[in-house]
Order: sequence, then C-alpha cells, then structure tokens
Amino acid sequence: MIATQNLTFSYSSEKNFSFPDFSCADRETMLILGKSGKGKTTFLHLMALLLKPTGGKIQINNQEISDFSVSTAADFRAKNVGIIYQKPHFVHSLSVMENLLLANYLAGRSQAKDLAKHLAESLGFAEHLHKKTTQLSQGEQQRVSIARALMNKPSVILADEPTSSLDDDNCLKVVDLLKKQIEEIGASLVVVTHDQRLKDVVEKRINL
Amino acid sequence: MNLLKISWSNLKDKPLTSFLSILLMALGIAIISLLLLAGKQLEEKFTRNVAGIDMVVGAKGSPLQLILASIYQIDAPTGNISLDEANRLTRNPLVKSAIPLSMGDSYQGYRIVGTNEKYLQHFEAEYEAGKVFSGAMEMVVGSKVAKNLELKVGDTFASQHGFDKEGDVHEEKKFKVVGILKNTNSVLDQLMVTPLESVWAVHDSHHEEEVGKGANALKLLEEDNITDEEHHHEEEAKEITSMLIKFRNPAMGMMMARSINQNTTLQTASPAIEINRLFALMGFGIDTLKIIALVIIIVSGLSVFVSLYNSLKERKYEMALMLSMGASRTKLFFLLLLEGLIISTIGFVFGVVLSRLGLWLMSKNVEQNFHYDFNVLSLLTEEFWLFLGALFIGLLAAAIPSLGIYKIDISRTLADE
Repeated sequence: MIATQNLTFSYSSEKNFSFPDFSCADRETMLILGKSGKGKTTFLHLMALLLKPTGGKIQINNQEISDFSVSTAADFRAKNVGIIYQKPHFVHSLSVMENLLLANYLAGRSQAKDLAKHLAESLGFAEHLHKKTTQLSQGEQQRVSIARALMNKPSVILADEPTSSLDDDNCLKVVDLLKKQIEEIGASLVVVTHDQRLKDVVEKRINL
Repeated sequence: MNLLKISWSNLKDKPLTSFLSILLMALGIAIISLLLLAGKQLEEKFTRNVAGIDMVVGAKGSPLQLILASIYQIDAPTGNISLDEANRLTRNPLVKSAIPLSMGDSYQGYRIVGTNEKYLQHFEAEYEAGKVFSGAMEMVVGSKVAKNLELKVGDTFASQHGFDKEGDVHEEKKFKVVGILKNTNSVLDQLMVTPLESVWAVHDSHHEEEVGKGANALKLLEEDNITDEEHHHEEEAKEITSMLIKFRNPAMGMMMARSINQNTTLQTASPAIEINRLFALMGFGIDTLKIIALVIIIVSGLSVFVSLYNSLKERKYEMALMLSMGASRTKLFFLLLLEGLIISTIGFVFGVVLSRLGLWLMSKNVEQNFHYDFNVLSLLTEEFWLFLGALFIGLLAAAIPSLGIYKIDISRTLADE
C-alpha cells in the first residue's frame, strides 16, 4: 500500500506544488489525472523518492519513507517500488532479458531468469527476449518496461503516462495487463496520466 | 548480469569506436614492446659474444667493421694480416690469451672460421656428438648449422669462397664433420669451426686458379694481399684475418693497442667502445620510435576519453534510469572506468601479441640474412610496467568523463524525456 498526507514540493519560490492526500491499498489501482504542468511527474517522483518533499508524509507498507537518506531511499526504491516511465527507456546495449535482470542486479537481488521468462510470456514478448530493445515496437517496449517494474515483486508500482503513446487498443491492453500483474503479486498501482481514456477502466481516481 | 558484462556490452555496442581505441592502444604497446624486446635481445647477444675479449687485431679499416666481422660474424672482414706479425704481438707479456681467426669461406651461407681449439674453449663449447678437430680439413659444427643443414658426424662437403651462396666451390678439398656442438646461445651456434691449417690448405690450391673466375670482392682482396712482394719469395707466408686478444690488465692493454695502431700496419679495435658507439647510433632511432609509440598510446587514451564523453551525453538517461533502479553513483562510475580498463587490457594483450609477431618476422628475416636468432616468447619485466602504464592511461581517460555521473540530476533527467 501507499499513502500521502499534505505533500508539498517547490522547485523555486515561485513554483510551489501541493498535492492532495490519497491512499491506495494492495491490489488497488489509483488514477491521478491532471493536465500538463500540474506536477504529475513531480508527484510521481516524490512517491518514488527521486525527489525529497519539502513537507508532508509518504508511507509505503505503513513505513514512513519521506525522511529517508539518499542511499536508504535508493535501496528502498529498488526493492519496493517499480517505476514505469512515460517513454520506455532501456540500457541500450543490453538485450531485453538482460534489461529485465538488470533490475534484480541493481536492487541487489538474485537474478530471476524464470520470473523474467514468465513475465515475458504473460505480457506477450517471450519471442523477443534475446533481441535488443531497439528492435521492438513501441507497444512491445512498453510491455517490457512493465515487466522490468515487476522484476523485484515491488509493493508499489508507479506508472507515468504509461499509455500516452499507445493507440486505444494497446492502451486498454496495457492497463489490463498492469491490473492483472498487481493482482498476482499483491501490489498497489498508481497511474499518473492526462489520458482520459483510462477514466472508464479505473475505479479510484483523483484530479490534480 | 554484472558490471563487467554491462561494460562489455557497451563496448560491443559501439564496435568501431572500441576497435579504434583498442587498435591505437595495441599499436603503441606493440611498438614499445618490440623495441624493448629487440633492444634487450640484441644487447644480450652482443654482450654475451663480447665477453672475455678485450681487443681485436686485424687489418686496417673500419674498427666497427673489424669488431662486427671478428666477434659477431655479421660483416665482411677488413682484410688479412700476416700470422707472423700477429704472433709477435702475442709474445707481449700483457697478452693473456690470443685466438687467431681466419674467415672468408662459407658453406650454404654459414661461415667457416679457421681458428684453434681455444676459440671453442672461449665459448665453453660442449659436444652434442663427436669431438674436437685433430687435423686439417676436420670440422666442428655449431648447433644451429647442424640442425638447419642436417649435418652429422662423418659428413663431407666442399666449402665455397666468400659468404654468398654463389661463391667459387673449393671442389678439390673436402671438409669432414668430426664434431657437433651443443647450443651455446652465442655466435658459435651459427659457425663452422676448423683448424687454421684447413683454410690455408684450401687456399693454397686455390691460388693457382685463375683470378677472375667467379671472383668476388673478398677473393680479390685476399689475392691482392697475396700478390704482394711476399708472394714471390715466400710462398708459405701464412695469413689470418684477425686475432681476439684478452689482456692480463685491460688498462695497460689500451696502451699497447695505441702503440700497435701507431707503429704497425695492424689495427686494433676495442669491442666495448665500438659496440657502445653502435648502440649510441641506434639509440637515437630507438628513442624517436619510443616517443612515437608513446604519442600513439596517448591518442588511444584520448580516443577512449572522447568516446566515453560522447556516449555519456547520449547515455545520460540510461544512467539516470540505472540510478533510479537502485545503482549507486560510485557503481556507475566504476562501470564506466571498467570500459577504459577493458580497452587498455585488450589493447595491451593485442599489442604484446603483435610485438611477438613482429619480432618473429624480424628474426626470420635476420636469421636468413645474418644467421642471428631472437628468442621470441620471453615476457619482460618492463612490459609489466608498460601494462600498468596502459591501465593508468585507460583509467585516466575514462575517469575524467565518468565524473559526470556525480552531476546527474536523476529526477530532472528522467522527467525531461
């Protein structure tokens, strides 16, 4: 689960953000809708501990994480938070399989080849495991980045505009896949987006 | 999945850039390594052969030529001197030992040296088969000659005049192999040794032949000497090419050498002085090549620097991604350092292999022309330092751009794209 209270952040004295409180239980999906410039990505980065909030609290699995030091935060993030970025980015020189195992390696976990294969099968890119990521289509790449976010069986998955570059068909497929996966590993899913198509498929949502 | 694998993948991902960096490193290392090897082996050969010889006496001419011909057997002799005159010198109490040498004939490109047993003792020669010569026309063969010409004890053959294979063949007198030497790692391995008497015997009959038939410069030189006034009233005037002398006291010997140069028709040369002169001449060329090699290695470092610097700009997002996935900055810094180290190490290995290949080719060539060989496989201690140097350059070239890792703003970099 993940929850925030009175979260604020400022890039400069003119650019202040304050974010609404929310809480998202295990196996639940939370949609955070907002137009560009509303601080969607900032909100996500705060939850991911990539930015340190100027005020407020964040809990993941009932643990207060907003006051973690940089290195503790990095370790905690690697083990408990899976992030799916707007554009699927990978380590260019590595194969799909290696990019998946990289998540285990960098989190200091043993490299779960079987899990990677299982995820690749259920997300439908099993035949691409040994290709370079650049050889895959945009939709396929997005599915690989979902698999990567799941490699450490995190308690929270944060997705930043995961569907914005996908057509309607793929958009719904991706959300479906994500929901299925969090069901399987018992994680919370927080999706930050401006994509109105997702309103109809996610029950819990807040607006920025 | 580990750092080494990621580094390696990154290098493989840019094959041309990596290849260029490795190639430059390998070339620089190869040149330095080759110079070190060749210089070391040449010096070793030169000093080993010179040991125990303080002075060489021969006909007037270039002192360096006299040394190269008499000690290293790689240049043409300066001419002949009278045995009587040479013998007179050996009676000087300063002279501890004197070994007469008579060169000018060869067999299949290998030099025949007329001398006495002392020459073999000088190299502490041991016998693989047979024994030392006991009379004229008997021959003891160096290990390399025996191996390359497949000579055995009891074989007979006729020598040729001069050092090239087209020289006149002395058909009427045949040599007989009586001994085959063990390897001495000296010039002796490439020689065929026979008593002085053999050389005189071969050439006594030879003198009656017409001059000009297949004559080469050496033959003419020799016969010019013979047709001097002595030729008529003393048919048996014995000649040798040079004499290797060891003094009881080298310092006093130098005075004797000066007196010989001034008062006789003979010339003396000090091996130590002449070889130092030769190395000084070569040293300039070697230093220049070393500088060129060093520049190549530095350019290789620059190439690593530029490629890492550029790729780091391209891979900024990748780095931020890995940071967000739990990698520490130090870990990524090492990841990039590793790329420099891998290039240095591969470059060094290729460079060393390349230098051995170069030396091998060189020694093939040298052996064909001079019957001098090089030992190709030994690793030098200097090369260990060279390896550390290469690693240092790779490390430095990688470290400077890699420091950029510590400046990446993870959140901003990830949000920007």
